[in-house]
Amino acid sequence: MREAGTTPAESRSAAGTDTGGTGPAGPGSTRAAVSAVPRTRFAVPGRIAVGEDTASTWQTATLAGVRRETPHAATFRLAVPEWAGHLPGQHLMLRLTAEDGYVAQRHYSIASPPDDSGHIELTLDAVPDGEVSGWFHTVARPGDTIEVRGPLSGFFAWPGDRPALLLGAGSGVVPLMSMVRHHRARRLDVPLRMVVSARRPEELIYADELGDETTVVYTRGAPHGVPVGRMTAAHVAPLLAEQPAGGWEAYVCGSNGFAEHASRLLVAAGQPVDRIRIERFG
Amino acid sequence: MNVTRGFAGRPRAADPGLPPGQYDARDEWPVLSAEVTPDLSPADWTFRVDGLVERTRTWDWDEARALPASAYAGDIHCVTGWSKFGVEFGGVSLDAFFSVVRPHGSATHAVAYSHTGYTSSLPLADLTGGRAWIVWEYGGKPLPAEHGGPARLVVPHLYFWKSTKWIAGITLLDHDEPGFWEQNGYHARGNPWKEQRYSGD
Ligand SMILES: Cc1cc2nc3c(=O)[nH]c(=O)nc-3n(C[C@H](O)[C@H](O)[C@H](O)COP(=O)(O)OP(=O)(O)OC[C@H]3O[C@@H](n4cnc5c(N)ncnc54)[C@H](O)[C@@H]3O)c2cc1C
Repeated sequence: MREAGTTPAESRSAAGTDTGGTGPAGPGSTRAAVSAVPRTRFAVPGRIAVGEDTASTWQTATLAGVRRETPHAATFRLAVPEWAGHLPGQHLMLRLTAEDGYVAQRHYSIASPPDDSGHIELTLDAVPDGEVSGWFHTVARPGDTIEVRGPLSGFFAWPGDRPALLLGAGSGVVPLMSMVRHHRARRLDVPLRMVVSARRPEELIYADELGDETTVVYTRGAPHGVPVGRMTAAHVAPLLAEQPAGGWEAYVCGSNGFAEHASRLLVAAGQPVDRIRIERFG
Repeated sequence: MNVTRGFAGRPRAADPGLPPGQYDARDEWPVLSAEVTPDLSPADWTFRVDGLVERTRTWDWDEARALPASAYAGDIHCVTGWSKFGVEFGGVSLDAFFSVVRPHGSATHAVAYSHTGYTSSLPLADLTGGRAWIVWEYGGKPLPAEHGGPARLVVPHLYFWKSTKWIAGITLLDHDEPGFWEQNGYHARGNPWKEQRYSGD
């Protein structure tokens, strides 16, 4: 796996293949201009190259342990001996197979930091009547095997190089926690701040692990003295006012409704759209 | 086959319309764009076809809508695993745009680019022959912004990331030039029936 700055994607964008304005090659343009794709106005460059083999090969993962996070979410620790490693923020594809060969597959973000050799952790919400999350929450026990392929997507990934501003809601905190854990494990100096939204204190995933870098917003019920309500400009604007050198790379993760809301707050507070990376859980 | 202990899955009937590894999203239409939904009005929308064509051309909203109407009614399939049956998109067939710009014989591939900067890459043959549309209606109503409105590309026989939202143009090329997800490890063609999700599949 290569780090940002060395990928074809990133160098292509840096080279700037635009031929002027927002439009692509104009009429009568040369052969070189014909191959030009317009310069992006959002964070198109991937952060890393994704290996073909890791993305297309199914590996057996053995459930090593289960940790309850909230009444509705639990962390599943998997032993994947051949795991190629990942960057914080990446996800994988997971599949369960029934006796008759029927397969259910879903994407899950990786919660653990990269340096957990041979192990990865996933945190799953128990979705009502959920086919895959239901199996994990009601049937799965240590020793069970499932299959995974990944890591996937070089886009919603943070190598730990740039200041990172993380906004998440519900289980959207999962890939962001991988970034926070990586930041701590490596004792990185680069600024990192997180704002997470949870319905109530008891539904806040990783509550015991959150530190000074994190602000929590409660939407339905809060501890005594803490206001209840959605994430607003008041949570985001101060972070953008104290921009670190080079500016923030913003990562937004959660439901589509949250992603729309949070990304609009960021844009309104002055964050450039091409420095906002969004992972929507659907 | 690696059977998962105790996994039966939801009760199901074999569904010939469902490609391998997909499930029926029923009433849901998940949104998975990686960028901020742009604030783009029909008045600001344009669509251009350029690259290896006889004559580059840009259409504005009214000009595009004046082309012969064409609709797609059928299924769509997302690489994240959901499929949606019986959707209806209204717009114009890409063939109508191509007949104006006249692609060169040397054109083999295309990059579909968005007003946001998103790109997807695909073989030109997948965009011709009544298999691809520029659409502005969903179920008879204006296409919602989060689903690509005012107008998006729809190439329903490929995974839906190919169907660029907020479509701004298509560049015809004589080689494959990987788009946004294709640079991020996704398949060059993306045929759901062959389960071409990631490059190497
Ligand atoms: C990139 C990415 C990363 C993700 N990361 C995470 C993560 O870290 N943690 C996490 O918890 N989730 C994550 N998700 C969401 C995850 O992929 C699943 O969508 C989620 O776990 C639900 O799957 P399920 O099989 O449990 O539910 P499903 O079976 O898919 O059901 C979802 C809902 O639809 C209803 N439904 C659907 N079809 C039927 C049917 N035929 N009959 C009856 N009801 C139906 C169910 O009742 C349920 O309410 C991520 C998604 C993406 C795209």
